[in-house]
Amino acid sequence: MKKFLSKAYVAFIFLFLYAPIIVLIVFSFNNSKSRSVWHGFTLKWYVELFKDQAIINAFVTTLLVATLAALIATVLGTLAAIGFNSMKKTPRKFYMQVNNIPMLNPEIVTGVSLMLLFVYVGRILGGMELSFFTLLLAHITFNVPYVILNVMPKLKQMDTHLYDAALDLGCKPAQAFFKVVMHEIMPGIISGLIMAFTLSFDDFVISYFTSGSSSQTLSIIIYAMTRKRISPKINALSSIMFITVFALLLIVNFRQDKNKKGIIKKLKGSNI
Amino acid sequence: MNKKNNKKYLASVYIVWMLIFTIIPLGLVVYFSLTDTNGAFTFDNLKNIGEYTPVFLSSIKFSAIATALCLVLGYPFAYIISKVKASKQTVFLIFIMLPMWINFLLRTYAWMTLLENNGLINKFFSLFGLGPFHMINTKGAVVLGMVYNFLPYMIIPIYNVITKIDKNVIVAAQDLGANSFNVITRVIFPLSMPGIVSGITMVFVPAVSTFIISTMLGGGSNLMIGDLIELQFLGGSYDPNLGSALSLVLMVLILISMGIMNEFDSGEEEMIAI
Repeated sequence: MKKFLSKAYVAFIFLFLYAPIIVLIVFSFNNSKSRSVWHGFTLKWYVELFKDQAIINAFVTTLLVATLAALIATVLGTLAAIGFNSMKKTPRKFYMQVNNIPMLNPEIVTGVSLMLLFVYVGRILGGMELSFFTLLLAHITFNVPYVILNVMPKLKQMDTHLYDAALDLGCKPAQAFFKVVMHEIMPGIISGLIMAFTLSFDDFVISYFTSGSSSQTLSIIIYAMTRKRISPKINALSSIMFITVFALLLIVNFRQDKNKKGIIKKLKGSNI
Repeated sequence: MNKKNNKKYLASVYIVWMLIFTIIPLGLVVYFSLTDTNGAFTFDNLKNIGEYTPVFLSSIKFSAIATALCLVLGYPFAYIISKVKASKQTVFLIFIMLPMWINFLLRTYAWMTLLENNGLINKFFSLFGLGPFHMINTKGAVVLGMVYNFLPYMIIPIYNVITKIDKNVIVAAQDLGANSFNVITRVIFPLSMPGIVSGITMVFVPAVSTFIISTMLGGGSNLMIGDLIELQFLGGSYDPNLGSALSLVLMVLILISMGIMNEFDSGEEEMIAI
């Protein structure tokens, strides 16, 4: 009985989470603009989606800003994490507090404050408007804290003697840094990079305030589309995005599982 | 030692970055909220916020209700999945996080189509001769949208804490005569307090400052703080000074609520330590 209740409850929560998404996907194949009556199967919304130049442009902008912001933030954040980690406790704590501000602040406040900066500085210097460049600066700003969040624990776990040992064994400081330190913290850097990319790709609020009309991201286009509330093209778009994310997650997890099994096999092999 | 001191300069670029893109912008929010359109010093913006007290109160109310619902729905779920086989737990977690990876505008849009007067839910009820119920553009729809969007943020931290509870503590409680109800209420629940606290913070902060869910699901009538701020910067009533003052108050509000939650957390930890 108890088991049955647990199962029913889990099913209920999953139904709550997934029913809207499934309905959305099903109606992307509906041969009508209706969002509640089924009129037969079609792929026309997908065809129209790929013909929509505004959506394609927005997709390119989103991909570009997410890639650039994630890469720059990863370099900046990794260097900053190494720097902070080698500081004394008081300055380190202070800088980490400042670093946490964009993560703790509501997104809308971060967006608004950056917009004020860009518009205000633009007014003083002249010429600077909200553009792809300001969008990129904003994305880097909210990405770096998450990179540091991922890299810092790896640095703390690392045995500090490893670096000294590398030097004793004849490495130059740069060699020791790239071969030992970077190697040790690489998992943190990679997860920071992935996290930064997905946050950037998915961001709406901060982009909305800092992008201007010339460089709209996918989220901003979706927002404009939902205000009109009619086109099933949004359904088609969300289905594609959902399937992509789902596939990516499956691949990542499958690979992790495989790796784990591989390691276990290796361990077993060495025991024998 | 010498090398170590060199390393800290690696952070210098980012320190300058934080100054320009984190500290100065927040300074500008404060500056704009204390000046008028000509740049003269004034308290008018902050005084004018008094007019919007109802908006603040209703935002807090909606997000508090949504947070409470997330806790009530999410806690049992986190508890149940912490009890299943380890390999299954990962699968459950992936499926909890999957919706988080979909653009939240699309998630909210999905509910728009379900809740409409001639939407699928009403179609379903009409099979039984019920309804149609008016669901879209109501306060309930706004709360539902918040619960739907932020539920995973409640489940994950609670799950993380429950799985880390030492099994021996539970066994000890059982040995000392606690029944399963007592084990949950007097051992597991208190020990999962840190997870509950971070869950509440992670749901409440985005919920109270959201500005899309209310416009999409609540129509124009259920304005929230976020909507009000957006209106001052990009919407019809352009007034960055008032907008900054509203942002400042929102920020303070959130700092206070986080302070309260932290207080709660450390208090509990001390209790556990005793």
